[in-house]
Amino acid sequence: MAVPAEHHRAHPGPGEYIKIAVILAVITLVEVAVYYVPSLSGALTPILMVLSTIKFSMVVLWFMHLKFDSVLFSYLFVGGLGIAGAVLIALLFLFGASHTIVPGAA
Amino acid sequence: MATITGSMVGVLRRPTSHYGVWSWMTTVDHKRIGVLYGVTSFIFFLIGGVEALVLRLQLAFPDGKVVDPEVFNQLFTMHATTMVFLVIMPLSAAFFNFLIPLQIGARDVAFPRLNAFSYWVFVAGGVFINSSFLFGGAPNAGWFGYANLTSRAFNAGSGVDFWALGLLGLGTASLAASFNFIVTILNMRAPGMTMMRMPLFTWMTLVVAFLLIFAMPIIAVALIQLELDRSPLATNFFNPANGGDPILWQHLFWLFGHPEVYILILPAMGIVSEVLPTFARKPLFGYPAVVFAGVFIGFMGWGVWAHHMFTVGLGPVANSVFAVTTMFIAVPTGIKIFNWIATLWGGSLKFTTAMLFSIGFISMFIIGGLSGLTHASPPTDYQQQDTYYIVAHFHYVLFGGSILALFSGFYFWWPKGTGKLLDEGLGKLNFWLMIIGMNLTFGPMHILGLNGMPRRIYTYPSGMGWEFWNLIETAGSLVIALSVLVFIINVVRTSRNGKEAGPDPWDGRTLEWSIPSPPPEYNFATVPVVQGRDAFWIEKYGLHGGEGAHHAAPPSHTAGSGNGDGHAIHMPQGSYLPMVTAFGQTLMLAGVIFGYWLSGVGLVIMLGGVYAWCSEPVSD
Amino acid sequence: MQHAHPAAHAPEHETTTGLDHRKLLMWAFLGSDCLLFGALISTYMIYRGRSLAGPFPNGPEGVFDIPFTSVSAFVLLMSSLTMVLALAASQRGHIRGMRVWLIATALLGTVFLGGQFFEFTAFVAEGLTPATNVFGTSFFTLTGFHGAHVTLGVIILLSLVVVSLRGGLPKEESLTVEIAGLYWHFVDIVWIVIFTLVYLIPAPLPPHAG
Ligand SMILES: [Cu+2]
Repeated sequence: MAVPAEHHRAHPGPGEYIKIAVILAVITLVEVAVYYVPSLSGALTPILMVLSTIKFSMVVLWFMHLKFDSVLFSYLFVGGLGIAGAVLIALLFLFGASHTIVPGAA
Repeated sequence: MATITGSMVGVLRRPTSHYGVWSWMTTVDHKRIGVLYGVTSFIFFLIGGVEALVLRLQLAFPDGKVVDPEVFNQLFTMHATTMVFLVIMPLSAAFFNFLIPLQIGARDVAFPRLNAFSYWVFVAGGVFINSSFLFGGAPNAGWFGYANLTSRAFNAGSGVDFWALGLLGLGTASLAASFNFIVTILNMRAPGMTMMRMPLFTWMTLVVAFLLIFAMPIIAVALIQLELDRSPLATNFFNPANGGDPILWQHLFWLFGHPEVYILILPAMGIVSEVLPTFARKPLFGYPAVVFAGVFIGFMGWGVWAHHMFTVGLGPVANSVFAVTTMFIAVPTGIKIFNWIATLWGGSLKFTTAMLFSIGFISMFIIGGLSGLTHASPPTDYQQQDTYYIVAHFHYVLFGGSILALFSGFYFWWPKGTGKLLDEGLGKLNFWLMIIGMNLTFGPMHILGLNGMPRRIYTYPSGMGWEFWNLIETAGSLVIALSVLVFIINVVRTSRNGKEAGPDPWDGRTLEWSIPSPPPEYNFATVPVVQGRDAFWIEKYGLHGGEGAHHAAPPSHTAGSGNGDGHAIHMPQGSYLPMVTAFGQTLMLAGVIFGYWLSGVGLVIMLGGVYAWCSEPVSD
Repeated sequence: MQHAHPAAHAPEHETTTGLDHRKLLMWAFLGSDCLLFGALISTYMIYRGRSLAGPFPNGPEGVFDIPFTSVSAFVLLMSSLTMVLALAASQRGHIRGMRVWLIATALLGTVFLGGQFFEFTAFVAEGLTPATNVFGTSFFTLTGFHGAHVTLGVIILLSLVVVSLRGGLPKEESLTVEIAGLYWHFVDIVWIVIFTLVYLIPAPLPPHAG
């Protein structure tokens, strides 16, 4: 039978949105700061990947409400995102370009 | 965005006529759009077929002089492009359009006008690509247009541009249709129609729609890169002199191209999965396994693309990985084949024409699948690459697979669409001519390929030992042409004096057989409530009733119950805006060839169309 | 059952999943658009260290201006905030507030586009065009496509404002704002990825360069 899947838990209010935005701004600040710290240059790539993944997820989960919405939306989006990510990684290896993400790994 | 000022309502009044050419051009009825798709792509089927016949005549004898090499290149490029993008894909779309709402118990698709838009973009794209014959030559770089052959430096004519821009246009048609069908199938099922009760054809349509929305953007990017390289911007994507890598084209093309193979074959598998149970009078054997095998094929289809590139020199690791994934993907295909055979096992078989075509599909597809498995192994593929063996393989899969299944679908659903049965005698003649013709045409290609005859050569000298089989192939292609002629005669004759089909000529299993033939505009007078898989069969014979246990509840969705004769049901009215928008988009693409001013005109028309579309009154 | 109102969208409970047709379509579209940017970003990542001649992304002949790009990345990030605030206002029936936030979002988007225009001009002045090398080729194509997405987003946002001024976006129609917002946020998260992969993670220099 039809499953009424959209529970529509109440969307977060403006207060929570602003809180999220402040965190996003701080992470961006940290990202740029990390870029300029010479002693971190070895670990730059992993640090930046983690930070941008957090930013990405926060926008998707809160601003795009995926955390509160039907799981079907998540399937649709993560399906495309997952294939795109796999394609990117596979192509980097096939072109011997994986070192462009991890400098020095060539 | 539905509100508008009163003064605009007059301009945007929606067409209401139900008869005549204009009503067809403005229709948003999924059944009419399905018919339009079918007729248009059948015309392209004839064009692509004639191109193939010319190719075969040229190769019938050594040193053939029917066409010159340049025309030969254009013909094989256009034959493949036409058959893939203008025939098999839109013919499948014809079945999606006509059947999906009927099979899930809906009255239309989720976005009727978007559906019409898809059709008109497809028509415009098809005409656009073919118009290249009139504007200085058709595309000539093969249907996969390998980079560098397509560079301005080596291919100065506009044929390549027609090809790339045309495919971009057709891509938007596929994307729009796929979004539409995903939403329709997920969101518009009748009460009780759970996912695991959906007909197999609906399932395969859903998988294909997902493949399309994920694969089309990749080829779009590759085509845009190609056009940017050829544009005044003079980018370097595929220009080795400036650091570009032509192999990137191959990766992007086959990242799309392999899922495309399943886009071409899964609808066929869906059709066969409907026809076999009907004429075996048994439920499909192992329904969940067939569904999951289809989904799994769709998923695995993303991990095998480099098997088209074994000879590129990707290295032993990459070649081994893609060899293993390619061999692995044969497993779910095998699961399906065993389930179809098990469906036939012990059934009370009725060898109608539709059934014969479906059985023909299984047999020919097995041959094509097995030859495909042989080039999953890189060492053998090194021998077969670019020979007629490959041509043999994919014709067994695409003709022996897709085309036979689509003809099975014609004979099966023709009575539903027209109310008339196709003639069974002519149908069987059609089948036998086609299956004999295709084996004569494509069978010897295995031998020629293994004997070293390369693909895409416009002629060959005598004394290579290739004369005999080439002549047989050409004879076979004429037999195929004859079989198509028999089909056309069948259609013409039965449209005049065919037998009335009635709502349920085959003792069908799915919901489309519960309504009159042809179905009324609103499909279902009362929305059906689905009790299980094979919804209509259950309705006729009860949940556990087999043959003979005729509870004979008369089909309840025909006129008469609920909403009276259906006149109270409010259906969306026609709209000419999808056509206008599609026209604008195609002009935009054409402007890249004919001058950017034309793109500007196209953009204005398209934006106007979209704006009016959003403001159009829902109904007058 | 009447679903003859494709534009006015039938009440949600009439669909099988309970989800709105248009919202489902938008999420499927975004999943599909991931592949578009996936292919563009892949191309860039493959090509960025393969230029035969400069200018390069970074290093002695580098063109990237990280502080400048950081500011425009920040601007686009904050436009996501104004977008959700527009949605929150719409859902609460604060129509004027919604208009203000929609205009603010469009404005931030325009500032971002202006920044991109400035960046492109500066690069061209430094000798980097799409024709110069494969870095230029793939960089301008990727960021150009993103810019086109932002431009479309700004047009959509301003159209919503116009529709609202004509009284067409009452509280009950807040789903339209939500769906437009999904598109806008997507454009933002694509830039989050581009900012990291393209700008912050340094590209390897070709062996013969500098
Ligand atoms: Cu393949």
